Amino acid sequence: MVIENKSNFSRRGFLKASSLASGGLLIGFNLFTACKQKAELPIDITKLSFTDFNAFIKIAENGMVTIFSPNPEIGQGVKTSMPMIIAEELNVAWKDVVVEQGILDTENYTRQVAGGSQSIRFGWDALRQTGATARQMLVNAAAEKWGVSASECSTKEGVITNATGETLGYGDVVKEAALLEIPENVALKEPKDYTIIGTKAINVDIDKIVSGKPLFGMDYKEEGMVYASVLRPPAFGQELESFDATAAKSINGVLDVITIGEKARNLLNSKKPGWSVKLSSSDKIVVIATSTWAAMKGKKAIKAAWKKVTPLESTDAHDTELVKLLDGKKFRTMRSDGDVKKAFAQADKVLERTYESPFLPHNCMEPMNFFASVDDAKIRLVGPIQTPEDLATAVSTMLDRNLEEVSVEMTRMGGGFGRRLYGDFAMEVAEIADVIRKPVKMVSSREDDMTTGVYRPAIKYRIKASVKNGEITGYQLKEAAVNGNMYGLIPNFFPAGAIENYQIDVASIKSNITTGAWRAPYTNFLSYAEQSFFDELAEITEKDPVQMRLDLLQKVKGTKDSKIQYSPERLEGVINLVVEKSGYRTPKEGVYQGFCAYYCHNTHVAEVADVVMENNKPVVKNVTVAVDCGIVVNPLGAINQIEGGVVDGVGHAMYGDFKFKDGMPGSSNFGAYRLIRNSEAPKVATYFVENNLAPTGLGEPTLPPAGAAVSIAITKATGKRIYKQPFTKNMVAKEIIG
Amino acid sequence: MNLYYLSIIFYNNFRVPYIRLFFIIQSLLIMPTYNLKVNKKKQLVDAEFDTPLLWALRDHLDLVGTKFGCGIGQCGACTVHVDGVATRSCLMPISALKDKEITTIEGLSENGSHPVQQAWKEVDVPQCGYCQAGQIMTASAFLETNSKPTEEEIKVAMNGNICRCSAYNRIQKAVVIASEKMG
Ligand code: FES
Ligand code: FES
Repeated sequence: MVIENKSNFSRRGFLKASSLASGGLLIGFNLFTACKQKAELPIDITKLSFTDFNAFIKIAENGMVTIFSPNPEIGQGVKTSMPMIIAEELNVAWKDVVVEQGILDTENYTRQVAGGSQSIRFGWDALRQTGATARQMLVNAAAEKWGVSASECSTKEGVITNATGETLGYGDVVKEAALLEIPENVALKEPKDYTIIGTKAINVDIDKIVSGKPLFGMDYKEEGMVYASVLRPPAFGQELESFDATAAKSINGVLDVITIGEKARNLLNSKKPGWSVKLSSSDKIVVIATSTWAAMKGKKAIKAAWKKVTPLESTDAHDTELVKLLDGKKFRTMRSDGDVKKAFAQADKVLERTYESPFLPHNCMEPMNFFASVDDAKIRLVGPIQTPEDLATAVSTMLDRNLEEVSVEMTRMGGGFGRRLYGDFAMEVAEIADVIRKPVKMVSSREDDMTTGVYRPAIKYRIKASVKNGEITGYQLKEAAVNGNMYGLIPNFFPAGAIENYQIDVASIKSNITTGAWRAPYTNFLSYAEQSFFDELAEITEKDPVQMRLDLLQKVKGTKDSKIQYSPERLEGVINLVVEKSGYRTPKEGVYQGFCAYYCHNTHVAEVADVVMENNKPVVKNVTVAVDCGIVVNPLGAINQIEGGVVDGVGHAMYGDFKFKDGMPGSSNFGAYRLIRNSEAPKVATYFVENNLAPTGLGEPTLPPAGAAVSIAITKATGKRIYKQPFTKNMVAKEIIG
Repeated sequence: MNLYYLSIIFYNNFRVPYIRLFFIIQSLLIMPTYNLKVNKKKQLVDAEFDTPLLWALRDHLDLVGTKFGCGIGQCGACTVHVDGVATRSCLMPISALKDKEITTIEGLSENGSHPVQQAWKEVDVPQCGYCQAGQIMTASAFLETNSKPTEEEIKVAMNGNICRCSAYNRIQKAVVIASEKMG
């Protein structure tokens, strides 16, 4: 079993403190490692470098606290929730805290990846320790000033009080605190004493967002900056053969047309480790212009010829190949308990179903873009990226420069969903800047973004289960996917451990279409397949679908299997909560409810979707969500994530469709590609299981169950099961869908 | 010969600050000039006639609050007010805006005090935040025409604005609160 709330955080040497020249105390700390012996803090606050520390706290003489962190905000709210944790243990009023985003300028930077809903989970111990240590430093300083014992002093909202009732503000003792030893083994608060954690804190960037201040990579601008638009091969499998830029160059505002690609290709061929960018081997044509519009217009005016270097693939061919894979024997077994073959042979009943999903583009609202400036001394990169470290390494290798010469400044991100884990677009602009030696911003059009992107791979699942004497005796899941399979611990999610004979087999085909992580990788579709399957299994065994899950969970309780990831108790908790809150046991006339419970990304979630028939079409009206994510640091932000995850899950399951033909995507903009819109969004009601366990992330885990809950509800409404996403195009009773 | 090379030649031969020359050269080339009235201020934009208002705002006038999402009128990220009407700036060429009053998110209010902005803060609507300027501009123009909308009317009015983060529940809630504030 996973041990909850464990702390493996080593305190020694993770934090350093000093006085600032302008007054105030500066604390530098490392969230995930110890600080280096030689690490020094600047005395000038404008000279913060994240080389030796990955975050800073400044306590000014007026008591104001500023938290500097280069943590990028991709819309998951960590820029608000992580500082809340520090402020809680520091014991300051949240209104006296300012959060600033710093610049990454480093070779030693650790884990600055916003993805996988992990930031909060990994930061929990470190952030609390940091806040508590800083508070103790201030208390020690005050105690020394008063000549009393530190244990007699207490703190509240930035004020230290001693036994006789004398008080000092944090700002009054910053000078002294900087000179004292850094305390070890400080005590952490009990959750019941929290005054900031668990309160509703509004997004720290809210004022800037609602008034349109520059925040995003797209908004970044420097004097003398030019704009670049990149023409890439229109089909996967193609490379540039030749082009004519005469017409493009005559467009007002177009400065130049160049090609790039050689350096990226060299890097690609060198197989140098340490980078996760997805690069194409083709040359690309780049239009440099004085404005984005001129650059885009210039690109449209280019006449290019492309040659086929690898096969031009199509969805039809993928479908055939994936089915062949499912029918074949080329599987890798990722988990196997008991003997599924035997169970199937001895069964009273066997159910086998195949579930299918398409490729999906990420479609971040902010199209990919990045700024770069390259000169002999420095390489500066600015923009929205989830993996700045990898980018810095890749760029320095590609351009054959020292890593120390590379800086990456992260801007707020207009959505990530996995796309910004891959820095292909930032690599491009670095190569462009290296050629033109001018500050330049590359801006993708929506078409560039949707057709030359990274995609969720198409996957098919075939699930087979056996029933004997009303019990599920065997369960086998086969995965056939494009470019790789489910990874890590996913095979140990529910129902692993609950069914005696259990097997997960995977196989994949290679494709030249770039694929990668997409919000809740693999589980975003796996959940729908498995949970729909369970619903059908409940139907054929004439069991209540909820009770069937609860019965299975009983069998996992007390398991000695350390690989089992989910907690049966916590899953049971969310199931009971969602059943109670959704009115699942007291159905309303004309409302069809679909139930689903799922664990992924360390969080336990159960959802019930309500579907009604309107004009003969199923419409998703409400989704009730029960979540166990441990301590809820910022309920306001958490609920936003949960609602977003659910509606996104419903949207992509209902409408998300993306096909390839001759290597080319079939849709390139929001006209042909359907995203869920305001009027189609169900109302989401969120309920938390309250406990004092360490917080887990919320960016992803509510998305996977949504599609499952909706498909089950639609099945109840229409009497037909759906085996393929998107639902709107694959509902069996087509005539009722329209 | 284009601007880029010209400017490099100038730079190398005359050793004057590059950036100044850049603008001098640009003004020598014949780019039409358009008079725009943005956020109550007169603005001159030197750009081609077909330049969408979106890019004139963002690249020429440094008003980057108006966002680019699709460029084809489908997502609403670029919504501004033209004579008070919510308009997709990505499809609106600057040459068609003579004598029009343009309002962008930056000009909706001084320091974010418009009731819609206030409601957006109160409800904590944004996730990534990228679509929100467009949402706010659509909502504020809509509430001028319908100050007490029903839930259905709100959904219809806001349907042209995509939020990829799917913050739709809160957008609906914030429009209701804004309507109460304006009422
Ligand atoms: S950018 Fe104008 S509607 Fe999408
Ligand atoms: S908040 Fe991210 S697109 Fe709307």
